[in-house]
Amino acid sequence: MNVTIVDYNSGNISSVINSFKEVAKDKVNIEVTSDLNKIKSSDKVVLPGQGSFKSCVDALNNINGLVDTLNEFVITNKKPLLGICVGLQMFADIGYEEIETKGLGWISGKVSKIDNQNGKYKLPHIGWNQINIVKESKIFKNIENNSHMYFVHSYEFIPNDKNVISATTDYSSNIVCSVEKENIFGTQFHPEKSDKIGLKIIDNFINL
Amino acid sequence: MLKNRIIPCLDVKNGRVVKGINFVDLKDAGDPVEQAKIYSDGGADEICFLDITASNENRDTIYDVVEKTSKKCFVPLTVGGGVRSVDDINKLLNCGADKVSINTAAVQNPEVVVNSSKKFGSQCIVVAIDAKKNGDRWEIFTHGGRNNTGIDALDFAKKMEDNGAGELLVTSMDRDGTQVGYDIDLMSKISSKVNIPVIASGGVGNLDHLVDGIKLGNASAVLAASIFHYGKFSVKEAKEYLNSKGIPVRI
Repeated sequence: MNVTIVDYNSGNISSVINSFKEVAKDKVNIEVTSDLNKIKSSDKVVLPGQGSFKSCVDALNNINGLVDTLNEFVITNKKPLLGICVGLQMFADIGYEEIETKGLGWISGKVSKIDNQNGKYKLPHIGWNQINIVKESKIFKNIENNSHMYFVHSYEFIPNDKNVISATTDYSSNIVCSVEKENIFGTQFHPEKSDKIGLKIIDNFINL
Repeated sequence: MLKNRIIPCLDVKNGRVVKGINFVDLKDAGDPVEQAKIYSDGGADEICFLDITASNENRDTIYDVVEKTSKKCFVPLTVGGGVRSVDDINKLLNCGADKVSINTAAVQNPEVVVNSSKKFGSQCIVVAIDAKKNGDRWEIFTHGGRNNTGIDALDFAKKMEDNGAGELLVTSMDRDGTQVGYDIDLMSKISSKVNIPVIASGGVGNLDHLVDGIKLGNASAVLAASIFHYGKFSVKEAKEYLNSKGIPVRI
């Protein structure tokens, strides 16, 4: 099996690479590339993302044909994709970080700044927070409810259809931190930085 | 609920741990990778490496350390010490650091913070503030605490937030190494001045100091070196103690 981590200059993805390689060992081949043919032929794709919504969308668009290839992989061929952090946020129709920016539109909704209640809550939301699993998700197999995951973000994904939400976390408000829609998976937290429990989520995705 | 973080810090010189945990079963007490792994297995919420390598020719040793550690530890890794440019930050991130802390360069050339947070995102840019009390205010020191800049620490903290820092690592130069506790006044003043998380550092001698840093200093995270290195307390003991005092921690 081939799992491709999309390398589209979205910032620091070495931790994502290290964690997937740690979980995959020699059983699964982990590719790190923006090569369209390699993405097309892979079984699963991981879409990481750090920095701003706009910078990630711009970086995707800067690679000719990448968005079309991802659309084909996810929408036409219905193959599994995991978005992490801004990778998840880009599923939305629109994001409001820096400037209004169009997302991939895979899961209808928007990405807005977390309401810090007039400075009562610090932003970014950095650190370990517990997830409330609200629906069964394939990537949460053997993951206990209220497990701690590592977060670092100032913006949140607000999907229109609440049925896609698989987990939330409590901060200044109830924040969507995981979604599943058919073959599309996403986590706002960083499984690659969430110790053994995070690696288990990666393992679940690899073994879908 | 968001948990308060405990961050053990390891001083690394020429690729070796200078102050480390004295465990008898440790194969190589100077190996930063092994020490970091002990901390992460013990429940550390993050690991911090402070590179104190003095000579330029040995500066590259930290990259090797970071690369090896990031393949073994799957909690966030912050690296600081001698970070001068966007290029230095890029190299550390590529080796597997999750965050980079910037001290002297942030004072001398604040554009480094602006440019790096734009390029890599605020989430990986930590500005390390070394402050020392002078009368009724605190002043910023650079070069590992050797140079007094005369810059007001609170103003500087606010400026760094505006420049794009994602977190502030605040060290009291008066307390560092004394084991008498954090400078609570400094921590709480900076924490209320900015809307980004503050990591308290400098002066921890016992577990009540960690409690005070969070409860009184309003720090989001507490960093400590010696109390963990010399086996006085384990990270697990620290967390259990904080938990018993009503502080939310990841256990």
